[in-house]
Amino acid sequence: MSLTDRPATDLLRDLSARKISSVELVKAYAERIRRFDGQIKAFLHLDIDAALAKAREIDARRAAGQPMGKLGGLPVAIKDVLCTQGIRTTCASKILENFVPPYDATVVRKLKEADAVIIGKTNMDEFAMGGSTENSAYFKTTNPWDTSRVPGGSSGGAAACLAAGMAPLSIGTDTGGSIRQPAAFCGVTGLKPTYGRVSRYGLVAFASSLDQIGPLGHTAEDCALLLETIAGHDPRDSTSADLPVPQYTASLSQPLQGLKLGLVREHFGPGLDSEIEAAVREAVKDYQSLGATVKELSMPHSKYGIATYYIIAPSEASSNLARYDGVHYGYRTDEKAMLDELAAKQKQLESAQDAKKLAQLDTPLIRLYRKTRAEGFGPEVKRRIMLGTYTLSAGYYDAYYLKALKVRRLIRQDYDKAFEEVDFVVGPTTPSPAFKLGEKTDDPLAMYLEDLYTVTLNLAGLGGISVPCGFTKSGLPIGLQLQCRPFDEERLLQAAAMYQRATDWHTKRPSL
Amino acid sequence: MPDHPYDLIVGLETHVQLLTDSKLFCGCSTAFGAPPNTQTCPVCIGLPGSLPVMNREAFRLGLVAAIALNCEIPQFTKWDRKQYYYPDLPKGYQISQYDLPMSQKGWLEISDPKGRFAAKKVGIIRAHLEEDAGKSLHDEAAGKADSRIDLNRTGTPLLEIVSAPDIRSTEETRAYLTELKLLLTYLNVSDCNMQEGSLRVDANVNIHIHTPQGKIATPIVEIKNLNSFRFIERALAYEAKRQFDAWQETGRKMGDPGTFKQTRGWDDAEGVTFSQREKEESSDYRYFPDPDLCPVRTPTAEVQKVRGGLAELPAAIRHRLEKSHGITPYDSDVIVAQGRPLVDYYEEVARIGGDGKKAANWVTQELLRVLNERNWSLAQFPLTAAALGELVKLVVAGEIEITRAKEVFNDMVAHKRSAGESMAALGIAKVDTSELEAICREIVAANPKIVADVKAGKQQAVGALVGQAKKKNPNANPNDVRRICLEIIGGM
Repeated sequence: MSLTDRPATDLLRDLSARKISSVELVKAYAERIRRFDGQIKAFLHLDIDAALAKAREIDARRAAGQPMGKLGGLPVAIKDVLCTQGIRTTCASKILENFVPPYDATVVRKLKEADAVIIGKTNMDEFAMGGSTENSAYFKTTNPWDTSRVPGGSSGGAAACLAAGMAPLSIGTDTGGSIRQPAAFCGVTGLKPTYGRVSRYGLVAFASSLDQIGPLGHTAEDCALLLETIAGHDPRDSTSADLPVPQYTASLSQPLQGLKLGLVREHFGPGLDSEIEAAVREAVKDYQSLGATVKELSMPHSKYGIATYYIIAPSEASSNLARYDGVHYGYRTDEKAMLDELAAKQKQLESAQDAKKLAQLDTPLIRLYRKTRAEGFGPEVKRRIMLGTYTLSAGYYDAYYLKALKVRRLIRQDYDKAFEEVDFVVGPTTPSPAFKLGEKTDDPLAMYLEDLYTVTLNLAGLGGISVPCGFTKSGLPIGLQLQCRPFDEERLLQAAAMYQRATDWHTKRPSL
Repeated sequence: MPDHPYDLIVGLETHVQLLTDSKLFCGCSTAFGAPPNTQTCPVCIGLPGSLPVMNREAFRLGLVAAIALNCEIPQFTKWDRKQYYYPDLPKGYQISQYDLPMSQKGWLEISDPKGRFAAKKVGIIRAHLEEDAGKSLHDEAAGKADSRIDLNRTGTPLLEIVSAPDIRSTEETRAYLTELKLLLTYLNVSDCNMQEGSLRVDANVNIHIHTPQGKIATPIVEIKNLNSFRFIERALAYEAKRQFDAWQETGRKMGDPGTFKQTRGWDDAEGVTFSQREKEESSDYRYFPDPDLCPVRTPTAEVQKVRGGLAELPAAIRHRLEKSHGITPYDSDVIVAQGRPLVDYYEEVARIGGDGKKAANWVTQELLRVLNERNWSLAQFPLTAAALGELVKLVVAGEIEITRAKEVFNDMVAHKRSAGESMAALGIAKVDTSELEAICREIVAANPKIVADVKAGKQQAVGALVGQAKKKNPNANPNDVRRICLEIIGGM
């Protein structure tokens, strides 16, 4: 196995034993990036020189026998939705094309303190809105298993750079499935933690009550390592949980006795690809052979998941994205052109003596807002801002937003009931494997249905993981999703690791 | 009876900045007057990814004020986003409280020592916390519109106190605002400094016109930008008349099709209100719960703790001063209006001087006169309460007569010395009774015409003798001189 194909924890052992250096590692990944990122386009920002300088410093400290952070010189890719001090943070949006944060997200700070080497910032759907990374304002990322296909999204760059061997660890975010779905599409392991497990401070908000930062890696152990580095209470995030963080890597190899898995009937209905169904049922059998018992159960409100999600998430987004107005930072429309246009319009209306339209003509300020936002946001972002503005408007709030909050509670109750009987809910991560680039761009609803099996977890605020569990005949990865009780990531990771000890799907790499 | 055929109906929305060191959702300073945009951080300027964290001290101050305003404190309250676009609102929304405010249904009692209105309770509909916006500075000099934004104020904690429309006159309006300001400053909740914008008032006003068919209400108008109590009084008086005139002209009343709540500003130079928003549409702020902040729970025990620790409130102090020191409501009002330090000062003067009424006279007349003349605060006043108390004590004991005491007071203030020292310096001493009698005999003997006048029944003629006695000894007490002279004349 080449260096860049190996799991991060494996590399860390060699780093600690000084069999390899951080500089060697960074160089190896940089070489992969040089060779393949032209094709994959996983990174929005790269600074290999800075990464090498950091790696050198870490190697020197290790050589001098100084204390070493948990990640000891491992490169980490960061989704471009987390603020990085002094490094452009765009959220793959034109509106933030020139935004350089003056501060680090808490997760970024923790990574730095743990001696991670930040290798680059990864591509994504604009403001994390989408399931294919095609909504990036900059370029589309491709799937390393089939570059005519999407890597999934919104953390498409995060998953693709792992699969392509361009980074050993990756940070993503998951609002409706944005870690798990690309992990499934790209054949890697991705964990969405319980809401509140990881600080959101410095994560550019899409839907605040749903967003959560999580790890992607080749194995459950990689995810465990990264999660224990970034998790924990943060006084800067009122919604972060004040609970101790288990050492996930330490307990990972403990096998789970008497494991009870729940198969949700609604996850095996119409729309599920037959190859995915077969692979998932096979994975369940694998668990049974490891001693697990399986129970079929129903989550009657799961069918409302997409509808509920597409009210709550856009509502919050419409508010969170109001700040991008061209006044204080970020993209601003060409002011002179805007003022000239406005003056011309005014002249025209005056000569036409159209008093009514004259009275309705924008003030320069309103026009600045309008044009900045019209030019700065992409179509999917605008669609969701409009949806959310509508659902929060007077007269519609009760029928949409308030109703959605009530259904959200019912969805959580479905989970609470399920977890009275089983330890984990298990099923497919996605209804279908990675689709072709452009296949769904004209059909937003079809794209939204990508989140069918993942959104309910965000609505319920719980944790889940996607692990590779097979391939379609055409060679596309398939993901198995396990969902857990609140803050039960320790056992979730143990269950995933148990499966990965018994199977080798997670060891497969695409040939590029 | 009012000289106009209508009642004025006023409800006030008062915003006060809370006296916290730091902002409502971040650690930036709230100090006034720093160079623009120097008291900001990613949170209060709404940079992407930043998150608010509630300032517990701000919440506590809100609780103190709400409890003092006799409000109910719900056990559960939450934060909402009020959404609108403006350049001094960098997030595109203000964090406020919408349907579940931290307090509601209270009241504030107002009264008038001059008796222009009967004491009454003005209802408080709600008091809730919210963050302040920044300041827009519009510079339109040289014909070139140029706006600048200062975000130092952004995120400063505000308490918005909404009164019921229970206020019926400009006098009641002033009394309400004065009492509210006093209450909040006594509680150290706010400094209520209107010049610095830490107390801002919007008034909702209309009139109920008496007609043979009953009362007719005019459409409600909200007047904004009321920067001083005087502005408010003038604006309300103007607006009432304007609404009456408008009704006489158009007959439009509240609830008529096409009527709506109008927003008007006050132009003090012109002495008029002017329309600021003509459009019929009401703003839709799209309030919804802020997902970045947790709801706040206030257990009953916490409410009780705050209530138990509440400082003595102005109304209670007035009542106590009137009762225990026997002073008039007018005097208690004057003293309490100056703030707690003067109350404490007065009580010490009264205790040492041994006479509450006399102490009140000295404090409200002499002391406040000096403070006004010199533009001093009480802390700058050179005499301790004990020193002034000693002077009052001497006056009460008849050791010194009142005009001389005022000379002594001025000397004490000028030279920062005790009453005894000033009296010595001014040569003031109580005149020995035998000496005074000798003086009196002397002047009686020298003024046979006055003696004759007195004997003829013109008692007031003796007053001329008092002046002569004071010439012989400035310390001669006029009352004593008068009494002794009359005795002597009576014995003649």
